Amino acid sequence: MVWILGFLAEVAVVVYLISRRQIFRYYPIVFYFVCDAFVTCGLYYCVRHFGFQSATYSYFYYYTDSVLNVLMFCVITKFYQETFAEMGVGRHIRAAAVTLIVLTGVFSYAVVHQNRTHLTTHFVVELSQNVYFVGVVLTYLLWGAILKLHETRTRLIQLVLALGIYFSADAGSYALRNLFPGLEANVLRWIPPMMGVWLPVAWAYTFAHVQEDARLEPARLMVRAR
Amino acid sequence: MIAALICVISVAAFLQFFVSYCRSILASSKNIALSDRVREVTGIANQEVGADDFNRLLQLLRLCPERGDDQSEIRAVGTYYSLLAVLHRVSRPVAPRFAVWLEQERQSCSYFAAVALDRRISYSRDLFTQQISDRL
Repeated sequence: MVWILGFLAEVAVVVYLISRRQIFRYYPIVFYFVCDAFVTCGLYYCVRHFGFQSATYSYFYYYTDSVLNVLMFCVITKFYQETFAEMGVGRHIRAAAVTLIVLTGVFSYAVVHQNRTHLTTHFVVELSQNVYFVGVVLTYLLWGAILKLHETRTRLIQLVLALGIYFSADAGSYALRNLFPGLEANVLRWIPPMMGVWLPVAWAYTFAHVQEDARLEPARLMVRAR
Repeated sequence: MIAALICVISVAAFLQFFVSYCRSILASSKNIALSDRVREVTGIANQEVGADDFNRLLQLLRLCPERGDDQSEIRAVGTYYSLLAVLHRVSRPVAPRFAVWLEQERQSCSYFAAVALDRRISYSRDLFTQQISDRL
């Protein structure tokens, strides 16, 4: 059920962006959701043929998740470019993003290579936790930049905030799984699929309801100490 | 140690992102004035929308025909309101200043529900007018 909801929301975002001719503007998002939809189909195939508890399903889930996260870094890069568009630093952002993605890839490869003899569940949970945490840091820095530069585009603000919720919930749940493995079976295993639905639904809502020219003062969204 | 650090930072970031996201939805309704019609229906003719009015407004909302495009935002704000209500109940005796802020946030949620109700009433009237004109 959760998969179907997420899958439909992903397709809705892609169809909406194509129908509004915004596919080139938001091409990293379209590419990410197309890949995510294929991965969802692959996961469904694995569950049907090998079972939910199988090693095939686990490997497919965790390694496609890592690849999707790298694609999500491309989406974050796009948001950085939108935020810093007026400053004309697009080339520097692209260079920094390529460096970050290459470094993440090399680091992940090195860690996997070093642990190839004991690729346990604990290891993949730790890897996912680290990759998601990089996402949290990048999104938080972007949110800081939005506040500092007084970026007022409501659509961009809501897209970034929804992404922040997605990354922080996933990073937190993986970290909790690392700390308290006993919690996994009951509570924590549901957080990543729920966030997998949250992101496409929230973005679908933003694209459908928030006009391109809608403006919002980001400082009003902050909770200030009195 | 690293997992604990990541956990604490992620939870703090999550709360900040979640509150800001909900406030971005609430902000869209802050500058919209309520019509006399909705004030009359809800009984808030001369006073401000109260923090505790949210559930009553939500019940009135459910009586109106759905517009189809506001369900997800009402649900998100409903979740936010529930969270605020729990925090308000817990914090009132121990942190009164925080409770005051929570009260203001709950009031914003109620105002959002009133604006949503206003939109739905207008939508119902349009539907009704359309049906009448179709019959004629």
